[in-house]
Amino acid sequence: MSPLAQAPHGFLSPTGVEIAFLLVGLVTFGAALVTVTTRQLVHAALWLVVALGGIAVEYLLLTAEFIAWVQVLIYVGSVVVLLLFGLMLTKAPIGRSPDADSGNRWVALAVAAAAAASLVWVVVDAFRATWIDLDGAAAGSTKVTGASLFQNWVLPFEALSVLLLAALVGAIVLSRKAKAESAPPPVNGRAVTQSSPPVTDSGIHPIGDRTEQDPQQQPQQQPESGSEPKSEPKPEQEGAR
Amino acid sequence: MNDALDVGLRLLAVFVVFLTFPLIVGQTEHKVMAHMQGRLGPMYAGGFHGWAQLIADGVKFAQKEDVVPAGADRRVFQLAPAVALLPYLLVLLAIPIGPGEGAVGQVLDAGVFFVLAVMGVGVLGSLMAGWASANKFSLLGGLRTAAQLLAYELPMLLAAASVAMAAGTVSLPGIVSSFHWWWLPWQITGGLVFFVAGLAELQRPPFDMPVADSEIIFGAYTEYTGLRFALFLLAEYAGIVVLCGLTTVLFLGGWHGPWGADGLGWLWTLLKTALLAFVVIWLRVTYPRLREDQLQKFSWTLLVPLSLAQIALTGIVKVVIS
Repeated sequence: MSPLAQAPHGFLSPTGVEIAFLLVGLVTFGAALVTVTTRQLVHAALWLVVALGGIAVEYLLLTAEFIAWVQVLIYVGSVVVLLLFGLMLTKAPIGRSPDADSGNRWVALAVAAAAAASLVWVVVDAFRATWIDLDGAAAGSTKVTGASLFQNWVLPFEALSVLLLAALVGAIVLSRKAKAESAPPPVNGRAVTQSSPPVTDSGIHPIGDRTEQDPQQQPQQQPESGSEPKSEPKPEQEGAR
Repeated sequence: MNDALDVGLRLLAVFVVFLTFPLIVGQTEHKVMAHMQGRLGPMYAGGFHGWAQLIADGVKFAQKEDVVPAGADRRVFQLAPAVALLPYLLVLLAIPIGPGEGAVGQVLDAGVFFVLAVMGVGVLGSLMAGWASANKFSLLGGLRTAAQLLAYELPMLLAAASVAMAAGTVSLPGIVSSFHWWWLPWQITGGLVFFVAGLAELQRPPFDMPVADSEIIFGAYTEYTGLRFALFLLAEYAGIVVLCGLTTVLFLGGWHGPWGADGLGWLWTLLKTALLAFVVIWLRVTYPRLREDQLQKFSWTLLVPLSLAQIALTGIVKVVIS
């Protein structure tokens, strides 16, 4: 990269790379527009692939090869697959979804416009006088990227990793909690909570002396069932028997 | 002029490899499976031991009617086979088979990331096919594909990262250049994890839950006929070539061998790749299919910890020897 001082840089005599950059940018922008306007949910996810891939191509044109492949790996390979997975699990009709529209459309547009404006302003303000020398050694190669990431930007990097760790732990906690609340005890398994009585515990099995024990144990359990989320001891006895 | 010719020749060579190697693997699979099961396999097409069976299959596929189900999403349905197949063509570009500039389609600075990223894109094809078919079996297949990719992408990436750490570079030719024989025992865990996770990403047996033909009728490909179905099959075999080539390059030392590494290095690469492809076929004949929960458990409780341990080992040895 070199400062603007040299003469040959200008906006009026674009090179091939600059034209390609502009065209790919237009395609990316169009795909992003279709992503948020289409009424077909899965199509929106697939257009998102095009938009994210377009951004990867822009990185490539700016010689940032490593960033480009990581973009494809993380966003196209994982995030979109996760998105499609979620869509298929919940609701992914073929054709239009009339309810796939938000009442917050205009608020969302305002927020998006404000975010875009601030980003463009910051980037233009920071890099207006910076030019990438496309002919020399790649300015965004893995080596250069790694060196600058772990020399100049170590603190943000570590802060981000702590943030991700927190998100990971949070996701685990949430999923465990939801499981404990919602899952009914399986018929033959051990009950997790006492919110619903175990099926094996009905007390009407005419199996020998069990009919005499059950009336004693039933009243003990009933007051417990609403109060303590302690694990149920009874099915273990049954299982041991 | 010379540059254009050079690029054209490289592209042509990669394309020829892309068209022939998967067919060779497919024919080998016919024969190896047959002999392991005590039968002969195709014997008539083409005369000598049925060598032209796959060409005959191709002609058959081309003649079949290309059906798109009435309820399907036409465009996505028709686009899916291309999305499944093309990434493997791109990956082949980056795999070096010999030392020097001449033996690789395109030298990439971040080759490891490129191949893993593009291989992950190929799975989008199965997802698109599973969704767009408007078929419950297909949707189940697509779901299982996505779940499997999410589970096995991580150990694969970690194993590749381990070898990149060992070599100190993420370029594929660079990794093979810095290979020494003692890397083999050092990186063996990572190699196994990479190979197994790659098999799962290709949905090959015993990880073929997403296409399990006996329960969900080939999953995402249920509704496909003719050439489009053939393209999905071709993608599977191209995937085998790519996975075996990558494992060779990353963990088995590519063109390095006990002798003849100078002129005949590419033969070593091909030999190791072919051996691994044989193992892939062998596994298909040997092991029963894993259940979906076993599959997830296998990845998260075995492969991920193993690959993390491999990374720790790589780091320790690297610090000690430097």
